[in-house]
Amino acid sequence: MQRIISIQVENKFGVLSRVAGLFSGRGFNIESLSVGMTTDPTMSQMTIVTDGDERIIEQIVKQLNKLIDVIKVVDLTENEFVEREMALIKVHARGDDRAEALRITDIFRARIIDSSPTTYTVEISGEVKKIEAMINLLRPLGIKEIVRTGRVAIAREEAKMLVQKEKKVAEG
Amino acid sequence: MKLTGSQILIESLKKEGVDTIFGLPGGVVLGIFDALYHEKDIKVILTRHEQGAMHMAEGYAKATGKPGVALVTSGPGATNTVTGLTNAYMDSCPLVVITGQVPSQMIGNDAFQEADIVGISRPCTKYNFLVKDVKDLAQIIKEAFYIATTGRPGPVLIDLPKDVTFAKTDYKYPDKVSIRSYNPTVQGNKWQIKQAALAIGKAKKPVLYVGGGVVLSNAHKEISDLAEMTQIPVTMTLMGLGAFSGTHPLSLGMLGMHGLACANWAVHDCDLLIAVGARFDDRVTGKVSEFAPNCEVIHIDIDPTSIRKNFKVDIPIVGDVRQVLKELNEVLRNSFIEKGDLIETRKPWFDQIEEWKREKPLQFHQDTQIIKPQFVIQKIYELTKGNAIVTTDVGQHQMWAAQYFKFNQSRTFLSSGGLGTMGYGFPAALGAQAAFPQQLVINISGDGSIQMNIQEMATAVIENLPVKIAILNNRYLGMVRQWQQLFYEQRYSSSYLDQSPDFVKLAEAYGAVGLRATKPEEVEGVILEALKVKKPVIMDFLVDPNENVYPMVPAGGANHAMVFEDPKPVSEDKPASMQSPDSILTA
Ligand SMILES: Cc1ncc(C[n+]2csc(CCOP(=O)(O)OP(=O)(O)O)c2C)c(N)n1
Ligand SMILES: [Mg+2]
Repeated sequence: MQRIISIQVENKFGVLSRVAGLFSGRGFNIESLSVGMTTDPTMSQMTIVTDGDERIIEQIVKQLNKLIDVIKVVDLTENEFVEREMALIKVHARGDDRAEALRITDIFRARIIDSSPTTYTVEISGEVKKIEAMINLLRPLGIKEIVRTGRVAIAREEAKMLVQKEKKVAEG
Repeated sequence: MKLTGSQILIESLKKEGVDTIFGLPGGVVLGIFDALYHEKDIKVILTRHEQGAMHMAEGYAKATGKPGVALVTSGPGATNTVTGLTNAYMDSCPLVVITGQVPSQMIGNDAFQEADIVGISRPCTKYNFLVKDVKDLAQIIKEAFYIATTGRPGPVLIDLPKDVTFAKTDYKYPDKVSIRSYNPTVQGNKWQIKQAALAIGKAKKPVLYVGGGVVLSNAHKEISDLAEMTQIPVTMTLMGLGAFSGTHPLSLGMLGMHGLACANWAVHDCDLLIAVGARFDDRVTGKVSEFAPNCEVIHIDIDPTSIRKNFKVDIPIVGDVRQVLKELNEVLRNSFIEKGDLIETRKPWFDQIEEWKREKPLQFHQDTQIIKPQFVIQKIYELTKGNAIVTTDVGQHQMWAAQYFKFNQSRTFLSSGGLGTMGYGFPAALGAQAAFPQQLVINISGDGSIQMNIQEMATAVIENLPVKIAILNNRYLGMVRQWQQLFYEQRYSSSYLDQSPDFVKLAEAYGAVGLRATKPEEVEGVILEALKVKKPVIMDFLVDPNENVYPMVPAGGANHAMVFEDPKPVSEDKPASMQSPDSILTA
């Protein structure tokens, strides 16, 4: 099953490599990984999408917690959360296709952020399903290039309280 | 007053109680070695190879319980530490390893003797640091010792660029350390401990399965209190040997691939398995799906990742083994449990175990012509009365040492368990000897393994570390030969060592003493002679090249299905051989 794991880490060099190394060294799968700053400049936030059975996920969470630079690990999938991904899609757009590209962009409430006589670059953000749907619609026009951020996710506020409580019980 | 990075390093090591460093200098660490030149409180043991320094530091740490320290140069010096780091990491040994690095401004330029040791060692250290500013150095050293010695111990590496060793700053050693992202759980969950006590009270056929964690947390007293109070038989892993007295009536000896029959059968049949400071390693469990199939499992360990990694657990308790056992014993003491009653209720279980012990005792066929390797170990045990620190290398001799020497004290058996590093035993023995100059330290080795770090004989002689090496010389990479005999139809591909150097002359060439026994009746004399000598000694025992280690659980097989002797040949042209149940697992 796919899981989204949110990790707070020390903002130090080498930390990304420690986290990535843990996954590769133990044969865990990384579907996507994103890193960014937080409000505290000494910390970074990682979101990792991975999959595995319950035992593997338990190991992943424990192994991440064991890393010295990891401050906090939350398996968001255990509770309510919201997720987003962003993609930049460069699509061929000539003649009639230009109008079609604009229409699709409109339907998905995406934005054109760059244009040339033969292409548009579209920015879309949303749940993975939405991004994938848009890519499918644009495909017939000819996609030149796609870059995706990987997913980021955050717990819904009520759910967050619950997780903390559960974690305390589990750890004693 | 301002100190240089080198001086700060040394002052900080002294603050951590370091009295011995194992190492070898080179360009970028000359400043540090220079600062050590007049240092009275720290003894530097110059080794002949950095791998030697690493295993010495580990031997020192395992024998004393204090962290071991190694100091090496950049590049090849640093890369030579990798096996030692991995060994220490897998066996949870606290080490602080200082590697020199090229000057900060040259890092990344492929400078002479530059190696990205922080990158290389990331997966084989508990943590590592690159020091970028001399102002951080004292804090980093403090953190390194803290991380190495707390929680599940392990090696920590500090990479120290040359310019940092010369840069100056004000020195103050921090007296406290706290790392917000690192807080190992020490106390066990009280409710879980109560559940464990209840399970122990109910069990009819319990077994304690004791691993290296009991040694590491110094819980030998607590484990024997528990075993005696609740009358539970104890089996130990290779790393756990000595944590509970091997001559105690409740001891079942080692379990696993070359474990004793009674230990493996007891674990297979038990209704409650209490794993303490152990991690259900594949060499212990054999085929996991058939390991301890009908029991409740209590697992006490400081490392949460060890729990449910390989095996189901009903009552997990994360915490320091010693703390948890203390509490558990307290709960049990205050409960209804009466030792007398327990002896009564567990009588059928003990009767069964006694029967197993009688049915399949540890045994070998003594011979009058040729020395049996097991006989040598028995003799060493007898003649030393078990009063020795014993280290081993890896192979058949290691398993025979684990089977035939009875360890009554914690920290007296040092062996490479997780990594299985040939070449570990001799330097580890030197490290233990450096820590305890008056103790008898014996390295039981093989003719293959001893040659992997024999260069440290120079260190032994010059530093006056009178380690006694017993080579069980079978002219083979014996454990490999055993597997080839059993699973590869006796095709001895690259396992025959043929002519080793003359170990007696080799010892003498180094200025040590060499002795040899070729017949069973010479064994005792050689051992007694070696024990008398105040110098390092090599005892070369020419043993039966065809002897195999039994019992044996073929890799991937179930522990209850042990093999006790060589299979009989099927016919003249079809040699005897076994099917390895899982050829993925290797020697
Ligand atoms: C560094 C290293 N290389 C290879 C091995 C694989 N291996 C395991 S046991 C063994 C044979 C050891 O031979 P020896 O030291 O003579 O011991 P014996 O088994 O003969 O007692 C080998 C090669 C290992 N464990 N370590
Ligand atoms: Mg051999």
